[in-house]
Amino acid sequence: MGKFLHAFFSPLGLRRAVPQVWDGFQTNIKMMVIAEALVLVLALVVAIVRGLPGRSTLPLRAIAVAYTDFFRGTPLILVAYVFALGLPSLQLAVVSHQSLITYGILSLTIVYTAYVTEVYRAGIESVHPSQRMASRSLGLTYAQTMRYVILPQAIRRVVPPLLNDFIGLQKDTAIITVIGVTDALAQAGFYSNDFFSYAGYTLAAVFFVILTIPFARFTDHLIKQREQLERGQLV
Amino acid sequence: MTETDHFVAVRGVIKRFGDNEVLREIDLTVDLHQVVCLIGASGSGKSTLLRCLNLLEPVDEGTIVIDGQAITNGQVDVNVLRRKIGIVFQAFNLFPHMTVMQNITLAPRKARGLSKDEADSAARDLLQRIGLDDKADEFPDRLSGGQQQRVAIARALAMNPTLMLLDEITSALDPQLVGEVLNLVRQLADTGMTMVLATHEMGFAREVADKVCFLDGGVILEEGPPDQIFSSPREERTREFLARIIEAGRLLA
Repeated sequence: MGKFLHAFFSPLGLRRAVPQVWDGFQTNIKMMVIAEALVLVLALVVAIVRGLPGRSTLPLRAIAVAYTDFFRGTPLILVAYVFALGLPSLQLAVVSHQSLITYGILSLTIVYTAYVTEVYRAGIESVHPSQRMASRSLGLTYAQTMRYVILPQAIRRVVPPLLNDFIGLQKDTAIITVIGVTDALAQAGFYSNDFFSYAGYTLAAVFFVILTIPFARFTDHLIKQREQLERGQLV
Repeated sequence: MTETDHFVAVRGVIKRFGDNEVLREIDLTVDLHQVVCLIGASGSGKSTLLRCLNLLEPVDEGTIVIDGQAITNGQVDVNVLRRKIGIVFQAFNLFPHMTVMQNITLAPRKARGLSKDEADSAARDLLQRIGLDDKADEFPDRLSGGQQQRVAIARALAMNPTLMLLDEITSALDPQLVGEVLNLVRQLADTGMTMVLATHEMGFAREVADKVCFLDGGVILEEGPPDQIFSSPREERTREFLARIIEAGRLLA
Protein backbone atom coordinates (compact mmCIF):
# COMPACT_ATOMS: atom_id res chain seq x y z
CA MET A 1 0.00 0.00 0.00
CA GLY A 2 2.74 2.42 0.96
CA LYS A 3 4.59 1.54 -2.20
CA PHE A 4 1.49 2.15 -4.30
CA LEU A 5 0.81 5.51 -2.71
CA HIS A 6 4.40 6.49 -3.15
CA ALA A 7 4.45 5.48 -6.81
CA PHE A 8 1.28 7.35 -7.77
CA PHE A 9 0.73 10.02 -5.13
CA SER A 10 4.06 11.06 -3.70
CA PRO A 11 3.69 14.82 -3.05
CA LEU A 12 7.15 15.49 -4.30
CA GLY A 13 6.56 13.43 -7.45
CA LEU A 14 3.30 15.21 -8.19
CA ARG A 15 4.73 18.66 -7.64
CA ARG A 16 7.83 17.92 -9.66
CA ALA A 17 5.80 16.55 -12.58
CA VAL A 18 3.58 19.62 -12.99
CA PRO A 19 5.65 21.65 -15.49
CA GLN A 20 6.34 18.71 -17.76
CA VAL A 21 2.83 17.22 -17.80
CA TRP A 22 1.24 20.66 -18.09
CA ASP A 23 3.42 21.32 -21.10
CA GLY A 24 2.05 18.18 -22.75
CA PHE A 25 -1.50 18.88 -21.63
CA GLN A 26 -1.54 22.15 -23.53
CA THR A 27 -1.26 20.06 -26.67
CA ASN A 28 -4.32 18.07 -25.58
CA ILE A 29 -6.21 21.30 -25.00
CA LYS A 30 -5.21 22.61 -28.39
CA MET A 31 -6.33 19.42 -30.14
CA MET A 32 -9.65 19.24 -28.30
CA VAL A 33 -10.56 22.88 -28.82
CA ILE A 34 -9.87 22.82 -32.55
CA ALA A 35 -11.46 19.40 -33.08
CA GLU A 36 -14.57 20.34 -31.07
CA ALA A 37 -15.08 23.55 -33.02
CA LEU A 38 -14.78 21.66 -36.29
CA VAL A 39 -17.02 18.79 -35.14
CA LEU A 40 -19.71 21.19 -33.95
CA VAL A 41 -20.02 22.69 -37.43
CA LEU A 42 -19.27 19.70 -39.67
CA ALA A 43 -21.60 17.32 -37.84
CA LEU A 44 -24.44 19.81 -38.20
CA VAL A 45 -23.77 20.02 -41.93
CA VAL A 46 -23.75 16.22 -42.31
CA ALA A 47 -26.92 15.89 -40.23
CA ILE A 48 -28.71 18.48 -42.38
CA VAL A 49 -27.55 16.73 -45.56
CA ARG A 50 -28.85 13.40 -44.25
CA GLY A 51 -32.30 14.90 -43.76
CA LEU A 52 -32.60 16.72 -47.10
CA PRO A 53 -35.90 16.18 -48.91
CA GLY A 54 -36.41 15.15 -52.52
CA ARG A 55 -35.12 12.46 -54.81
CA SER A 56 -32.37 14.61 -56.33
CA THR A 57 -30.50 14.74 -53.03
CA LEU A 58 -30.28 10.97 -52.75
CA PRO A 59 -26.57 10.70 -53.73
CA LEU A 60 -25.62 13.32 -51.14
CA ARG A 61 -27.63 11.55 -48.48
CA ALA A 62 -26.03 8.23 -49.42
CA ILE A 63 -22.56 9.71 -48.99
CA ALA A 64 -23.53 11.12 -45.60
CA VAL A 65 -24.90 7.75 -44.46
CA ALA A 66 -21.84 5.86 -45.71
CA TYR A 67 -19.55 8.32 -43.95
CA THR A 68 -21.29 8.07 -40.57
CA ASP A 69 -21.61 4.30 -40.77
CA PHE A 70 -17.95 3.86 -41.64
CA PHE A 71 -16.32 6.22 -39.16
CA ARG A 72 -18.58 5.36 -36.25
CA GLY A 73 -17.45 1.81 -36.66
CA THR A 74 -13.72 2.46 -37.02
CA PRO A 75 -11.50 2.70 -33.92
CA LEU A 76 -9.97 6.14 -33.46
CA ILE A 77 -6.53 4.65 -32.90
CA LEU A 78 -6.70 3.01 -36.32
CA VAL A 79 -7.84 6.19 -38.03
CA ALA A 80 -5.02 8.08 -36.34
CA TYR A 81 -2.43 5.57 -37.60
CA VAL A 82 -3.82 5.68 -41.12
CA PHE A 83 -3.66 9.46 -41.28
CA ALA A 84 -0.32 9.92 -39.52
CA LEU A 85 1.51 7.13 -41.34
CA GLY A 86 -0.49 6.82 -44.52
CA LEU A 87 -0.91 10.40 -45.65
CA PRO A 88 2.78 11.40 -45.48
CA SER A 89 3.76 8.26 -47.41
CA LEU A 90 1.54 9.34 -50.30
CA GLN A 91 3.81 12.33 -50.94
CA LEU A 92 0.96 14.56 -52.01
CA ALA A 93 1.15 18.32 -52.13
CA VAL A 94 -0.44 19.64 -48.94
CA VAL A 95 -1.94 16.64 -47.20
CA SER A 96 1.33 14.76 -46.85
CA HIS A 97 3.20 17.59 -45.16
CA GLN A 98 1.25 18.32 -42.01
CA SER A 99 2.38 18.16 -38.41
CA LEU A 100 1.48 15.15 -36.27
CA ILE A 101 -0.85 17.33 -34.24
CA THR A 102 -2.73 18.23 -37.39
CA TYR A 103 -3.14 14.57 -38.28
CA GLY A 104 -4.33 13.99 -34.73
CA ILE A 105 -6.89 16.78 -34.97
CA LEU A 106 -8.00 15.43 -38.34
CA SER A 107 -8.54 11.93 -36.91
CA LEU A 108 -10.48 13.22 -33.92
CA THR A 109 -12.61 15.45 -36.13
CA ILE A 110 -13.47 12.77 -38.64
CA VAL A 111 -14.37 10.13 -36.07
CA TYR A 112 -16.29 12.41 -33.73
CA THR A 113 -18.16 14.18 -36.51
CA ALA A 114 -19.67 10.79 -37.36
CA TYR A 115 -20.90 10.36 -33.76
CA VAL A 116 -22.15 13.89 -33.31
CA THR A 117 -23.99 13.80 -36.64
CA GLU A 118 -26.25 11.13 -35.15
CA VAL A 119 -26.80 13.24 -32.06
CA TYR A 120 -27.89 16.22 -34.16
CA ARG A 121 -30.06 13.99 -36.30
CA ALA A 122 -31.85 12.59 -33.27
CA GLY A 123 -32.45 16.16 -32.14
CA ILE A 124 -33.85 17.21 -35.50
CA GLU A 125 -36.17 14.23 -35.57
CA SER A 126 -37.36 14.90 -32.05
CA VAL A 127 -38.96 18.20 -33.10
CA HIS A 128 -42.62 17.44 -33.71
CA PRO A 129 -43.67 17.47 -37.40
CA SER A 130 -46.40 19.99 -36.54
CA GLN A 131 -43.66 22.58 -36.01
CA ARG A 132 -42.43 22.07 -39.53
CA MET A 133 -46.00 22.18 -40.82
CA ALA A 134 -46.74 25.42 -38.96
CA SER A 135 -43.62 27.03 -40.35
CA ARG A 136 -44.19 25.90 -43.93
CA SER A 137 -47.83 26.98 -43.73
CA LEU A 138 -46.63 30.54 -43.12
CA GLY A 139 -44.81 30.49 -46.45
CA LEU A 140 -41.34 29.95 -45.02
CA THR A 141 -39.11 27.79 -47.20
CA TYR A 142 -37.58 24.45 -46.21
CA ALA A 143 -34.25 26.14 -45.49
CA GLN A 144 -35.84 28.93 -43.43
CA THR A 145 -37.86 26.39 -41.50
CA MET A 146 -34.70 24.48 -40.63
CA ARG A 147 -32.80 27.61 -39.75
CA TYR A 148 -35.36 29.39 -37.59
CA VAL A 149 -37.74 26.72 -36.32
CA ILE A 150 -36.28 23.20 -36.32
CA LEU A 151 -32.56 23.61 -35.59
CA PRO A 152 -32.87 26.01 -32.64
CA GLN A 153 -35.18 23.55 -30.90
CA ALA A 154 -33.18 20.50 -31.95
CA ILE A 155 -29.81 21.84 -30.84
CA ARG A 156 -31.11 22.89 -27.46
CA ARG A 157 -32.38 19.39 -26.87
CA VAL A 158 -29.11 17.70 -27.76
CA VAL A 159 -26.81 19.82 -25.61
CA PRO A 160 -26.45 17.12 -22.90
CA PRO A 161 -25.61 14.23 -25.29
CA LEU A 162 -23.41 16.60 -27.28
CA LEU A 163 -21.51 17.40 -24.13
CA ASN A 164 -21.16 13.71 -23.44
CA ASP A 165 -19.49 13.15 -26.79
CA PHE A 166 -17.23 16.13 -26.25
CA ILE A 167 -16.03 14.73 -22.94
CA GLY A 168 -15.28 11.54 -24.87
CA LEU A 169 -13.37 13.56 -27.43
CA GLN A 170 -11.39 15.35 -24.75
CA LYS A 171 -10.30 12.08 -23.22
CA ASP A 172 -9.53 10.55 -26.60
CA THR A 173 -7.01 13.26 -27.37
CA ALA A 174 -4.75 11.05 -25.24
CA ILE A 175 -4.99 8.34 -27.90
CA ILE A 176 -3.24 10.65 -30.33
CA THR A 177 -0.09 10.06 -28.30
CA VAL A 178 0.38 6.79 -30.22
CA ILE A 179 1.29 8.62 -33.43
CA GLY A 180 4.04 10.50 -31.62
CA VAL A 181 2.34 13.69 -30.47
CA THR A 182 3.93 14.86 -27.23
CA ASP A 183 0.80 15.30 -25.15
CA ALA A 184 0.18 14.97 -21.43
CA LEU A 185 0.27 11.20 -21.56
CA ALA A 186 3.58 11.16 -23.45
CA GLN A 187 5.11 13.61 -21.01
CA ALA A 188 3.86 11.52 -18.09
CA GLY A 189 5.61 8.55 -19.69
CA PHE A 190 8.86 10.46 -20.07
CA TYR A 191 8.55 11.60 -16.50
CA SER A 192 8.08 8.09 -15.17
CA ASN A 193 11.14 6.89 -17.09
CA ASP A 194 13.26 9.72 -15.75
CA PHE A 195 12.16 9.65 -12.13
CA PHE A 196 10.78 6.12 -11.63
CA SER A 197 7.49 7.66 -10.49
CA TYR A 198 3.97 7.26 -11.83
CA ALA A 199 2.87 10.58 -10.37
CA GLY A 200 2.93 12.04 -13.87
CA TYR A 201 0.07 9.75 -14.90
CA THR A 202 -1.92 10.69 -11.82
CA LEU A 203 -1.40 14.31 -12.61
CA ALA A 204 -2.45 13.87 -16.23
CA ALA A 205 -5.65 12.17 -15.02
CA VAL A 206 -6.32 15.07 -12.67
CA PHE A 207 -5.86 17.54 -15.52
CA PHE A 208 -8.37 15.71 -17.69
CA VAL A 209 -10.94 15.56 -14.90
CA ILE A 210 -10.48 19.20 -13.97
CA LEU A 211 -11.13 20.16 -17.56
CA THR A 212 -14.40 18.27 -17.95
CA ILE A 213 -16.15 19.13 -14.69
CA PRO A 214 -16.55 22.88 -15.18
CA PHE A 215 -17.60 22.17 -18.75
CA ALA A 216 -20.43 19.93 -17.50
CA ARG A 217 -21.55 22.40 -14.82
CA PHE A 218 -21.55 25.26 -17.33
CA THR A 219 -23.80 23.31 -19.69
CA ASP A 220 -26.18 22.44 -16.84
CA HIS A 221 -26.35 26.12 -16.05
CA LEU A 222 -27.16 27.07 -19.64
CA ILE A 223 -29.95 24.51 -19.86
CA LYS A 224 -31.49 25.61 -16.59
CA GLN A 225 -31.34 29.27 -17.49
CA ARG A 226 -33.15 28.70 -20.77
CA GLU A 227 -35.82 26.56 -19.15
CA GLN A 228 -36.55 29.20 -16.58
CA LEU A 229 -36.93 31.78 -19.29
CA GLU A 230 -39.41 29.72 -21.29
CA ARG A 231 -41.37 27.99 -18.55
CA GLY A 232 -41.37 30.48 -15.72
CA GLN A 233 -40.11 28.06 -13.11
CA LEU A 234 -38.75 24.58 -12.76
CA VAL A 235 -41.35 21.96 -12.04
CA MET B 1 -71.55 31.27 -62.18
CA THR B 2 -68.31 30.25 -63.81
CA GLU B 3 -65.31 28.82 -62.04
CA THR B 4 -63.47 32.13 -61.78
CA ASP B 5 -66.37 33.89 -60.09
CA HIS B 6 -65.69 31.94 -56.95
CA PHE B 7 -62.76 32.89 -54.76
CA VAL B 8 -62.08 29.24 -54.05
CA ALA B 9 -63.26 26.46 -56.36
CA VAL B 10 -62.56 22.84 -55.51
CA ARG B 11 -63.48 20.32 -58.21
CA GLY B 12 -63.38 16.56 -57.91
CA VAL B 13 -60.58 16.49 -55.38
CA ILE B 14 -59.39 13.06 -54.35
CA LYS B 15 -56.81 12.47 -51.65
CA ARG B 16 -55.44 9.10 -50.65
CA PHE B 17 -53.18 8.02 -47.84
CA GLY B 18 -51.95 4.70 -49.15
CA ASP B 19 -55.05 2.64 -49.89
CA ASN B 20 -57.22 4.83 -47.75
CA GLU B 21 -59.23 7.34 -49.78
CA VAL B 22 -59.70 10.22 -47.37
CA LEU B 23 -61.30 12.65 -49.82
CA ARG B 24 -63.52 11.18 -52.52
CA GLU B 25 -64.44 13.72 -55.16
CA ILE B 26 -64.88 16.86 -53.15
CA ASP B 27 -66.62 19.81 -54.82
CA LEU B 28 -66.67 23.05 -52.90
CA THR B 29 -66.87 26.74 -53.68
CA VAL B 30 -66.15 29.67 -51.39
CA ASP B 31 -66.91 33.24 -52.39
CA LEU B 32 -65.02 36.33 -51.32
CA HIS B 33 -65.96 37.39 -47.73
CA GLN B 34 -67.82 34.16 -47.21
CA VAL B 35 -67.48 32.04 -44.09
CA VAL B 36 -67.82 28.36 -44.83
CA CYS B 37 -68.04 25.83 -42.00
CA LEU B 38 -67.11 22.20 -42.46
CA ILE B 39 -68.83 19.91 -40.02
CA GLY B 40 -68.74 16.17 -39.69
CA ALA B 41 -67.40 13.39 -37.48
CA SER B 42 -63.71 12.92 -36.80
CA GLY B 43 -62.11 11.23 -39.78
CA SER B 44 -64.64 12.59 -42.25
CA GLY B 45 -61.89 14.50 -44.06
CA LYS B 46 -62.37 18.07 -42.78
CA SER B 47 -58.76 18.62 -41.75
CA THR B 48 -57.39 16.97 -44.86
CA LEU B 49 -59.55 19.18 -47.06
CA LEU B 50 -58.26 22.30 -45.29
CA ARG B 51 -54.67 21.14 -45.69
CA CYS B 52 -55.21 20.52 -49.37
CA LEU B 53 -56.33 24.13 -49.79
CA ASN B 54 -52.83 25.44 -49.00
CA LEU B 55 -51.03 22.39 -50.40
CA LEU B 56 -49.79 21.19 -47.02
CA GLU B 57 -51.20 17.98 -48.47
CA PRO B 58 -50.81 17.47 -52.22
CA VAL B 59 -54.04 16.32 -53.86
CA ASP B 60 -54.05 13.14 -55.94
CA GLU B 61 -56.77 14.11 -58.40
CA GLY B 62 -59.01 17.07 -59.14
CA THR B 63 -58.37 20.80 -59.26
CA ILE B 64 -58.33 23.64 -56.79
CA VAL B 65 -58.51 27.23 -58.03
CA ILE B 66 -57.89 30.05 -55.57
CA ASP B 67 -58.30 33.68 -56.60
CA GLY B 68 -58.24 32.71 -60.28
CA GLN B 69 -55.06 30.67 -59.96
CA ALA B 70 -55.01 26.89 -60.36
CA ILE B 71 -52.87 25.60 -57.50
CA THR B 72 -53.04 21.90 -58.26
CA ASN B 73 -51.16 21.84 -61.57
CA GLY B 74 -47.75 21.49 -59.94
CA GLN B 75 -46.60 24.83 -61.37
CA VAL B 76 -47.39 26.99 -58.40
CA ASP B 77 -44.75 28.15 -55.89
CA VAL B 78 -46.16 26.74 -52.66
CA ASN B 79 -44.27 29.26 -50.53
CA VAL B 80 -45.81 32.20 -52.38
CA LEU B 81 -49.25 30.59 -52.25
CA ARG B 82 -49.09 29.90 -48.52
CA ARG B 83 -48.16 33.49 -47.73
CA LYS B 84 -51.66 34.47 -48.85
CA ILE B 85 -53.46 31.67 -47.01
CA GLY B 86 -53.39 31.62 -43.25
CA ILE B 87 -54.01 28.39 -41.36
CA VAL B 88 -54.58 27.89 -37.66
CA PHE B 89 -54.27 24.44 -36.12
CA GLN B 90 -56.06 22.64 -33.35
CA ALA B 91 -52.84 22.30 -31.32
CA PHE B 92 -51.75 25.97 -31.87
CA ASN B 93 -48.26 24.88 -33.02
CA LEU B 94 -46.61 28.04 -31.80
CA PHE B 95 -42.82 28.01 -31.84
CA PRO B 96 -41.90 27.31 -28.20
CA HIS B 97 -38.39 28.77 -28.41
CA MET B 98 -39.63 32.17 -29.55
CA THR B 99 -41.49 34.92 -27.74
CA VAL B 100 -44.99 35.88 -28.81
CA MET B 101 -43.51 38.80 -30.73
CA GLN B 102 -40.96 36.59 -32.49
CA ASN B 103 -43.66 34.04 -33.35
CA ILE B 104 -45.74 36.71 -35.04
CA THR B 105 -42.93 38.53 -36.84
CA LEU B 106 -40.89 35.55 -38.11
CA ALA B 107 -42.80 34.99 -41.34
CA PRO B 108 -43.40 38.69 -42.15
CA ARG B 109 -39.67 39.31 -41.81
CA LYS B 110 -38.31 36.21 -43.50
CA ALA B 111 -40.99 35.44 -46.06
CA ARG B 112 -42.30 38.92 -46.83
CA GLY B 113 -39.03 40.71 -46.25
CA LEU B 114 -40.32 43.34 -43.83
CA SER B 115 -37.80 45.12 -41.64
CA LYS B 116 -37.80 44.34 -37.93
CA ASP B 117 -39.37 47.71 -37.14
CA GLU B 118 -42.15 47.31 -39.70
CA ALA B 119 -42.91 43.77 -38.57
CA ASP B 120 -42.78 44.68 -34.88
CA SER B 121 -45.13 47.58 -35.27
CA ALA B 122 -47.61 45.53 -37.28
CA ALA B 123 -47.38 42.78 -34.67
CA ARG B 124 -48.07 45.23 -31.88
CA ASP B 125 -51.22 46.38 -33.67
CA LEU B 126 -52.33 42.78 -34.00
CA LEU B 127 -51.57 42.03 -30.35
CA GLN B 128 -53.66 45.00 -29.34
CA ARG B 129 -56.48 43.76 -31.52
CA ILE B 130 -56.42 40.35 -29.85
CA GLY B 131 -56.04 41.93 -26.41
CA LEU B 132 -52.61 40.51 -25.66
CA ASP B 133 -50.38 43.54 -26.07
CA ASP B 134 -48.90 42.93 -22.63
CA LYS B 135 -47.75 39.43 -23.62
CA ALA B 136 -45.41 40.39 -26.47
CA ASP B 137 -42.27 39.21 -24.69
CA GLU B 138 -43.68 36.09 -23.08
CA PHE B 139 -42.92 32.60 -24.31
CA PRO B 140 -45.92 30.53 -25.48
CA ASP B 141 -45.68 28.00 -22.64
CA ARG B 142 -46.47 30.75 -20.17
CA LEU B 143 -49.81 31.58 -21.81
CA SER B 144 -53.18 29.87 -21.41
CA GLY B 145 -54.47 27.72 -24.25
CA GLY B 146 -56.92 30.40 -25.31
CA GLN B 147 -54.18 33.02 -25.35
CA GLN B 148 -51.89 30.72 -27.33
CA GLN B 149 -54.57 30.14 -29.91
CA ARG B 150 -55.21 33.87 -30.23
CA VAL B 151 -51.48 34.36 -30.82
CA ALA B 152 -51.57 31.62 -33.46
CA ILE B 153 -54.40 33.48 -35.20
CA ALA B 154 -52.41 36.73 -35.00
CA ARG B 155 -49.38 34.94 -36.42
CA ALA B 156 -51.41 33.86 -39.43
CA LEU B 157 -52.98 37.32 -39.82
CA ALA B 158 -49.56 38.98 -39.79
CA MET B 159 -49.05 37.75 -43.34
CA ASN B 160 -52.15 39.68 -44.47
CA PRO B 161 -53.80 36.55 -45.87
CA THR B 162 -56.75 36.73 -48.22
CA LEU B 163 -58.08 33.42 -46.97
CA MET B 164 -58.03 31.92 -43.50
CA LEU B 165 -58.32 28.21 -42.77
CA LEU B 166 -59.21 27.28 -39.22
CA ASP B 167 -58.80 23.64 -38.30
CA GLU B 168 -60.88 22.86 -35.19
CA ILE B 169 -59.16 25.66 -33.39
CA THR B 170 -61.17 25.34 -30.19
CA SER B 171 -61.08 21.56 -29.84
CA ALA B 172 -57.99 21.52 -27.63
CA LEU B 173 -59.25 24.24 -25.31
CA ASP B 174 -60.89 24.10 -21.91
CA PRO B 175 -64.58 25.05 -22.29
CA GLN B 176 -64.16 28.38 -20.50
CA LEU B 177 -61.43 29.41 -22.96
CA VAL B 178 -63.41 28.65 -26.12
CA GLY B 179 -65.35 31.92 -25.97
CA GLU B 180 -62.37 34.26 -26.27
CA VAL B 181 -61.13 32.45 -29.38
CA LEU B 182 -64.55 32.35 -31.02
CA ASN B 183 -64.99 36.06 -30.30
CA LEU B 184 -61.85 36.73 -32.27
CA VAL B 185 -63.07 34.62 -35.18
CA ARG B 186 -66.38 36.47 -35.06
CA GLN B 187 -64.51 39.78 -35.32
CA LEU B 188 -62.62 38.42 -38.31
CA ALA B 189 -65.85 37.40 -39.99
CA ASP B 190 -67.25 40.90 -39.36
CA THR B 191 -64.26 42.46 -41.12
CA GLY B 192 -65.09 40.40 -44.19
CA MET B 193 -62.28 37.85 -43.98
CA THR B 194 -62.90 34.88 -46.24
CA MET B 195 -62.72 31.80 -44.05
CA VAL B 196 -63.09 28.07 -44.19
CA LEU B 197 -63.34 26.46 -40.79
CA ALA B 198 -63.66 22.93 -39.57
CA THR B 199 -65.47 22.98 -36.28
CA HIS B 200 -67.43 21.01 -33.72
CA GLU B 201 -68.96 24.20 -32.29
CA MET B 202 -72.33 23.93 -34.02
CA GLY B 203 -73.84 26.95 -32.29
CA PHE B 204 -70.96 29.04 -33.54
CA ALA B 205 -71.18 27.58 -37.03
CA ARG B 206 -74.84 28.43 -37.15
CA GLU B 207 -74.12 31.99 -36.08
CA VAL B 208 -71.19 32.96 -38.34
CA ALA B 209 -71.41 30.64 -41.35
CA ASP B 210 -72.78 31.71 -44.71
CA LYS B 211 -72.63 28.11 -45.78
CA VAL B 212 -72.32 24.84 -43.89
CA CYS B 213 -70.97 21.66 -45.48
CA PHE B 214 -71.51 18.29 -43.88
CA LEU B 215 -68.67 15.89 -44.66
CA ASP B 216 -69.18 12.19 -44.33
CA GLY B 217 -66.74 9.51 -45.43
CA GLY B 218 -64.70 11.88 -47.57
CA VAL B 219 -67.53 13.51 -49.51
CA ILE B 220 -69.61 16.61 -48.93
CA LEU B 221 -72.91 14.90 -48.36
CA GLU B 222 -74.95 18.01 -47.89
CA GLU B 223 -74.37 21.74 -48.01
CA GLY B 224 -76.54 24.81 -47.56
CA PRO B 225 -77.27 27.84 -45.42
CA PRO B 226 -76.87 27.08 -41.70
CA ASP B 227 -80.56 27.37 -40.90
CA GLN B 228 -81.42 24.76 -43.46
CA ILE B 229 -78.65 22.34 -42.45
CA PHE B 230 -79.31 22.61 -38.74
CA SER B 231 -83.13 22.86 -38.84
CA SER B 232 -84.14 20.71 -41.76
CA PRO B 233 -81.29 18.56 -43.02
CA ARG B 234 -82.20 16.58 -46.10
CA GLU B 235 -79.87 13.65 -45.59
CA GLU B 236 -80.42 10.92 -43.05
CA ARG B 237 -76.69 10.87 -42.17
CA THR B 238 -76.75 14.62 -41.42
CA ARG B 239 -79.73 14.15 -39.14
CA GLU B 240 -77.96 11.33 -37.30
CA PHE B 241 -74.80 13.39 -36.90
CA LEU B 242 -76.69 16.42 -35.59
CA ALA B 243 -78.71 14.25 -33.22
CA ARG B 244 -75.48 12.92 -31.72
CA ILE B 245 -74.13 16.45 -31.38
CA ILE B 246 -77.29 17.65 -29.63
CA GLU B 247 -77.04 14.69 -27.28
CA ALA B 248 -73.50 15.79 -26.46
CA GLY B 249 -74.85 19.27 -25.72
CA ARG B 250 -72.83 21.16 -28.27
CA LEU B 251 -75.65 22.82 -30.23
CA LEU B 252 -76.81 25.01 -27.38
CA ALA B 253 -73.87 27.42 -27.51
